[in-house]
This record gives sequence, C-alpha cells and structure tokens, in this order.
Amino acid sequence: MLKNYFKIAIAVLRRRKFFTFISLFGISFTLTILLVLTAFIDKVVGDNYPDRKRDRSLYINRLEQKGKDMSMSGALSYYFLSHYAGSMKTPVKMTIFSGFGGTNTYVNNKKIAVDYKYTDANYWDILEYDFLEGKAFTKQQVDNAEKVAVISEDIKKAYFGDVASVVGKFIEADNVKYRVIGVVKDIPITSYMTYSQIYLPYTVSKTDYKDKGYGGGYSAILLANSSADVQKMHDEYEQLVKRIPITTKGISVMYSHANSYLASYVDTGREDQSGVVLVLTVLATFVFLFMLLPTLNLVNINITRIMERSSEIGVRKAFGASSKTLVYQFIVENIILTLLGGIIGIVLAFIAIQILNNANLIPNLVLSVNLMVLFIGLIICLVFGLISGVYPAWRMSKLNVVTALKAQ
Amino acid sequence: MIQLQNIEKVYRTSTVETLALSSISLDIAKGEFLSIMGPSGCGKSTLLNIMGLLDAPSKGQIKIGDQKTENLSDKQLANFRNQKLGFIFQSYHLINDLQVLDNVELPLLYRNSTAKERKALASEALAKVGLANRMKHFPNQLSGGQKQRVAIARAIVGRPEIILADEPTGNLDSAMGNEIMDILMQLNQNDGTTIVMVTHDENMAHKTHRLVRLFDGSQVQ
Repeated sequence: MLKNYFKIAIAVLRRRKFFTFISLFGISFTLTILLVLTAFIDKVVGDNYPDRKRDRSLYINRLEQKGKDMSMSGALSYYFLSHYAGSMKTPVKMTIFSGFGGTNTYVNNKKIAVDYKYTDANYWDILEYDFLEGKAFTKQQVDNAEKVAVISEDIKKAYFGDVASVVGKFIEADNVKYRVIGVVKDIPITSYMTYSQIYLPYTVSKTDYKDKGYGGGYSAILLANSSADVQKMHDEYEQLVKRIPITTKGISVMYSHANSYLASYVDTGREDQSGVVLVLTVLATFVFLFMLLPTLNLVNINITRIMERSSEIGVRKAFGASSKTLVYQFIVENIILTLLGGIIGIVLAFIAIQILNNANLIPNLVLSVNLMVLFIGLIICLVFGLISGVYPAWRMSKLNVVTALKAQ
Repeated sequence: MIQLQNIEKVYRTSTVETLALSSISLDIAKGEFLSIMGPSGCGKSTLLNIMGLLDAPSKGQIKIGDQKTENLSDKQLANFRNQKLGFIFQSYHLINDLQVLDNVELPLLYRNSTAKERKALASEALAKVGLANRMKHFPNQLSGGQKQRVAIARAIVGRPEIILADEPTGNLDSAMGNEIMDILMQLNQNDGTTIVMVTHDENMAHKTHRLVRLFDGSQVQ
C-alpha cells in the first residue's frame, strides 16, 4: 500500500514540475531558515563553554528598583553582590564580574577594538575556561590590584600576530599596560555573560567598586555544592533580597533573582515581564508567521492538484476506498513531498551554515547542524506535511464519486 | 441479484427541481446480462450509479444479494463495492501516472492482500483480456480499445459478482467495440458474472439477455 502511495506521489510530483518546484522551494527554504535559527539557538543556549557547571549554578545579573514615580533596572553593584549575596550560606563559591565594555587599542598605528571585563579570582574556578597558555590571576594578584590580564585567542592574534607565546608580554588598553598571564579559547559574543577579549582583576577598574549604591555594572554566579542544592540557594537569595534595606529615596520595592542560565540569559530586568515567556512568544510568533505562508501556499497547490485528480479519486472510491483511506493516502503523499523538501532544506541549511560561519558575522560563533537540529528539522517537516495535507485531504474525501468521475 | 424498488432520484438546486428517475423497479437475476438504453439525459447513468451505490436515490430501496443498502456507512459502502461490484466507464478512468499492472491492482489495495497476491491476480486478469504483454506500459501508451480492456481487467480482478458498465464501447470504433463486447459476454457466460450495461448501441444491446429502455427518467420497456 505504502509503495503504491509512494509511486503515485512521485508520479504526481513529476507531472506538474513548476508546482512541485514552488512547493519544494517553499518547504526547503522555510526549513533552511528554521534550521539555521535552531542551530543558532542550540549554540547560544546549549553550548556550555565555559560555564560547564550550569546545573549547579545560579546567575544574578539584574536588580529592579521601583517607586511610585520612578523605576530603575540594570546590573548590580560590586558592593551589593559582595556584601549581601556574599553573606549567603548555601553557595560553596561565588564570583563577581562586570559586563564587558569596549575600548580601543593601537598596534603599529592600527586601531583594534577590544572588549574587556573585570572579574575576581573565583571566576576562574567557577568557570572552566580552556587555557591555551599561561594561567588565571590569583586572589593575591587581585587583592594587590596587579595589572595582569587574561586575553582571548583572537585578541592575541590581532594584537601580537602569529607568535607562539605571549605570556609575560604587555598589552595596552585605555592607555594602561597589562601583563598577559594567560590566553583562553574564544567565546562568541552571544554568550554575553562570560564573553570578553581581555579579563582584568576588578581591583584595577577605574570606577569605584566600593560605592555603596545598589546599581552598578556587575553580575554574579553562585555555585551550589550539588544540583540538589540549587533550589535552596535560589530560595535563600529570594529571602535575602526581601530583607535588604532600601536606601534610595523614592524607591519602595526591589526585585532581584538568582536564576538558571537560560532564565538569566533572557532576563528582561522587569518583574512583570518574564524573559523566558517573552522569548518563547517572540520565537513562536516568528516560527508561526514564517511557516504560515508556505503552509497556505502548499494547501492551495494541494487543492489545485487534488481537483486535477478528481477522476482518480472517483475511481478509488468506486473500487472500495473509503473517505478515511483517501485522507490517509493524501496525507502520506504530502508527507513524502515535505520530507523531500526537508532533505533539500537540510542540505541548504548545511550550506547556509557554512557560509555564515565563513562570513564570521558574529565573531567566534561557529554554528553546526547536530542531531538535535536534524531531529527538530524532521519534526518541523512532519508537522508541516500534516498541517498542509489535512485540509486538502479532508476536502478531497468529501468529493462525491459521481461528481468526481464526471469532472474529467 | 439486484432488486430496485420504486427508485426515484430528484436533483434539487435552490431554484429548480429535476426529476431524473421516477418509480423504477427492476429485478436483475444472478448471471443475467442486462442492457439499459435510452436517449441522452434520460437517467441511464444515474440508474447505473444508484445500482453501483455511487449515488443514493431520493426514494426507494436497493437490495444487492441479501444486503439492503440504505443504512450502510461510508466505510461499509466502500467495502461492499470493493467486494461485490466492478465498474467499467466510457472514458476508462485509468490513472495515467500508474502502470497498467498498478491500475489493475487498485481494487485489491483496499483488501487484505499481499503484494504478491495482488500481482498474481492482476496478471491473471490482464491475461484474460489479452494484455499480459502490456503490464509495464502506461495508459497513454495504449489504444482506446486496450485502455478499455485494462479497465475491464481492473473491474474483474477482485472477482466481483456484478459488473456495471457505463457505455463501455461508447468511445470505440465498431471493431474495438465488438472486441470489448465479446470479452463481457465471455465473462457473463464462463464466470456467471451479472452484468448491467448502459449503451446507445442497439446492436450491442441486442446481444444481451434483456433490454430495459428509459425515457425521461421512467422505464418504458
């Protein structure tokens, strides 16, 4: 039976080549875009370099302060994190680090834009950067405000050129010279919480990290002893924030949460708007709208094709096919078509990803099509095939035999 | 074999009501070869479609074998047609995308038969109509007479007790028409298949056991 459906599906596809082209183009193009998007999300969310301990980590990167007439939202101060979050009992370790900022440096009169961030020594224990040479700065170096730097592989190449080792050499940023003590593997900018090109001890920062205001430019990662303690750690922080005295005039309430990586990554900084819900809504709307057009197109083409096949439908019904059997046949045929489009889409996605990787649109972001992405592609195809096949199949099955036979 | 009682068929649109068949009662015996004649639009094909359970009458009852048909579901009707009836159409209605063998196998797809059984039965049916050497051809590679023979093979492959033929020779010249008629007569004589044939051709009609004439939806002979 399936072999017969397959034969007829292929024959129908060959019959009207232009329709087939339009259908396959719609499916494969849609799938290509969705697969590239999936590969992107998979990379951004799924790649756990360098925070490989995500399962027992919580991230604090937002503080929202609200009053009757004012509201502030942003990263936190070093003081807030060290003084309050630092007093928590559940975490076995905590790191405080700044977001990345940009500056310029010059090599042989050539300007290079570099991103830098400030961290403490715990940063290098909690996060597992791959060191290509050298090592991280120690607590002592941080306490002594030593002008040392860990740099990324790409800035090593851009600043020093193709040299074997740069440990001990100096790199200048913002007119300050820092001694390179380590080189780490690159991180794409999409991992914005851990991304930087130059990592410096927070004690060399020019801004006052001792300021007792609550807002600032810092985030923190709390590390629990095991993933079982994560909830406890989360709850402890929630309780802690409620007890923190409000010192700013006009502010009546404060919100800050210790979140999982994903929730923290998409945090909007607004208590009344969940980042996860927002991102899912935006993504779902995008995917829906993006699939709507080719689906409608396919539905239309399918209806036209069905009407061309009314004689066949009449004959099949006359010789014993029930409406249900015909619906099944047509959906199977449509799934064959969408799977074909899917295969083309996957090939195109491979090519598109190669092109995107080579173009280096987002530095250090290397996309790949892995099994997860392929699996999602397959699911998209099947859903696509079902949705675009059901309505035409249903209409077809309602066709009266006599009318169907007369149509030829 | 087929009993029609007071069959009436009315086609309704929002403005017009057309009486296509009026008080038709007919009893067709097992093994009978019956032809239906009449001018165009007199309701011959409508009557055949009603006998073949492809269309429902507005009034009246149809009994095929021991089976009353008015309360059968879509699935039961499909199953009944598949087991008991074979159809031959004037314009063949072969599926051009499928080879001759696949066309003939079609009724068997809706039964629990294996690919091997289907192939064997379809080959046998094609041999019966003299087209054993055309199995791998596509319909558009065949002449009109050959196409109709494929259609006959498709109608008999499931060994139905009844064959309903709607002007089977209507699109063919007289030589080819006679060939098709010979095949139908053989099926009737050798296998005892009950055949109801709609035709315009007096000569063909006179070769059958009984002739029914319709005029304006009513039986006149």
